[in-house]
Amino acid sequence: MEMTKDIDLSVKLGDITLQNPVIPASGCFGYGYEMNDYYPIDILGSVSIKGTTKSPRFGNPLPRVAECSAGLINSVGLQNPGINAVIERELPRLREVFHQPIVANISGFSIEEYVECCAKITSQPQIGLIELNVSCPNVHGGGMSFGTDPEVLHSLVKEVKKVCTVPLFVKLTPNVTDITAMAEAAVKGGADGLCLINTLLGMRIDVKTGYPVIANVMGGFSGPAIFPIALRMVYQVRKAFSDLPIIGCGGISSASDAVEMMLAGANAVEVGSANLVDPYACKTIIEQLPEAIKNSALRK
Amino acid sequence: MKTDMKDIRKKLIIEENRQLSSRTWQLKLRGDIDVFTSSGQFVNIAVPGKYLRRPISVSQYFTKEKYLILLYNIAGEGTKILSELKPGEPLDVLVGLGNGFSIPKDIRNPLLLGGGIGAAPLMQLAVDLLACGKKPKVVIGYNTAVESWGMEKELRNLGIETYIATMDGSEGTKGFVTDVIREKDLQYDYFYACGPMPMLKALRDLPTEGEMSLECRMGCGYGVCMCCSLETKSGSKRICKEGPVFLKSELIWK
Repeated sequence: MEMTKDIDLSVKLGDITLQNPVIPASGCFGYGYEMNDYYPIDILGSVSIKGTTKSPRFGNPLPRVAECSAGLINSVGLQNPGINAVIERELPRLREVFHQPIVANISGFSIEEYVECCAKITSQPQIGLIELNVSCPNVHGGGMSFGTDPEVLHSLVKEVKKVCTVPLFVKLTPNVTDITAMAEAAVKGGADGLCLINTLLGMRIDVKTGYPVIANVMGGFSGPAIFPIALRMVYQVRKAFSDLPIIGCGGISSASDAVEMMLAGANAVEVGSANLVDPYACKTIIEQLPEAIKNSALRK
Repeated sequence: MKTDMKDIRKKLIIEENRQLSSRTWQLKLRGDIDVFTSSGQFVNIAVPGKYLRRPISVSQYFTKEKYLILLYNIAGEGTKILSELKPGEPLDVLVGLGNGFSIPKDIRNPLLLGGGIGAAPLMQLAVDLLACGKKPKVVIGYNTAVESWGMEKELRNLGIETYIATMDGSEGTKGFVTDVIREKDLQYDYFYACGPMPMLKALRDLPTEGEMSLECRMGCGYGVCMCCSLETKSGSKRICKEGPVFLKSELIWK
């Protein structure tokens, strides 16, 4: 590591500075603090907390996960203890071991719910930015339905923006025809930045039984298989918005992937599925990033 | 900052990988397995060519000697690939996962109930119970006698009273493990069970408290993805993290 110490890994996301661009993605890192049993998570750029809603949710029936080539399908269904418990119990535990800006991933089933949760979490210590989850494919009447109609998305972002005292990012779903139209709707609504992409809607069938593997039938497909799609969408949105802070997410598994995503236009990256197969994935990416940057076109 | 951080990702070397019975294979892995603390814990193995790891419970572990024994059935593509790996090959394994069986001080005559491959972790448990001065009895249920990989012989060699149930009556008592309890009028003050869900459900009305090891499809195996959540009387738990072993009294049966 000695030879690469000269590379400053810090990145800017609008007004926020992260010590490095690596952020474990929401839903792939719990509320973060338990991972401190495996390595000091304070080395991370940020942590995006498990998607949080107004009320506690147990989530979907099991099985919630299915293997795929180069990835997995999940249908957890936004299991979380609810915004109040997150503020009272989970965030304080995270802050004990993590002293960087936190990404608050917020989901909802109505504009009012999103607004209420964002209003509560925006003033919590150490919240660096709010990440509005309008892209969860695993719940009905919420989640992704807010992220597939530009007008609905625009009005949601506009309302939420009024209560945010930290930058508001919107995490977009790839399950749309034109990602730039959704990006535009979010930006016009007042989004300070974007995170893209969330999972792609997919399914598997057990060939022996003929039934879907996932109890909820369909779920969100993620992992290395979706990396080229995520990269393409980040590239398209970057072309359309030259100065917009963008967090690239989708299938990133190595420092080289992270560099590639940043070359496509991302300012920072979220690492999701890779955490599920290697608890040390983000640590390894951070350690290998200086060398990967040095050997890439990102090198200045 | 916590100082007790542990490295759970290990490279273990395959020392043995062979078929023991019609369905069951034994995998012996050598390496640093210091993080294991109890029977009933599991490993999560990266199978070459598969994205998600495969969780497998540990049948026996030998911390000092640095090896562990896993038993598995070929259930799909992942375990099929696993069965084709040769001695000498390294495996990427997450070790010491989950909370295993406990041994309460005040129990004397625990009954261990295993269904098929689910019986595997009861081997280490039986050894540990003996070491604690308890008098365990074991009942193992198979569909048919040729599925047995010989665990009952190993247990009897340790002097443990061991019974067999087979669905087709090809050995021991014809029927379920519960039929053995009735037929042999087995007395016990605590029980441990590991096996398929229908078997565990059939044991929920046993008169004593007990511990049940659950299994399900997992995402990560260490508590971050919430793919294996379970509603219990004390709230939502993760089978991979708070489990896989739960107190009978904590479980909700639907």
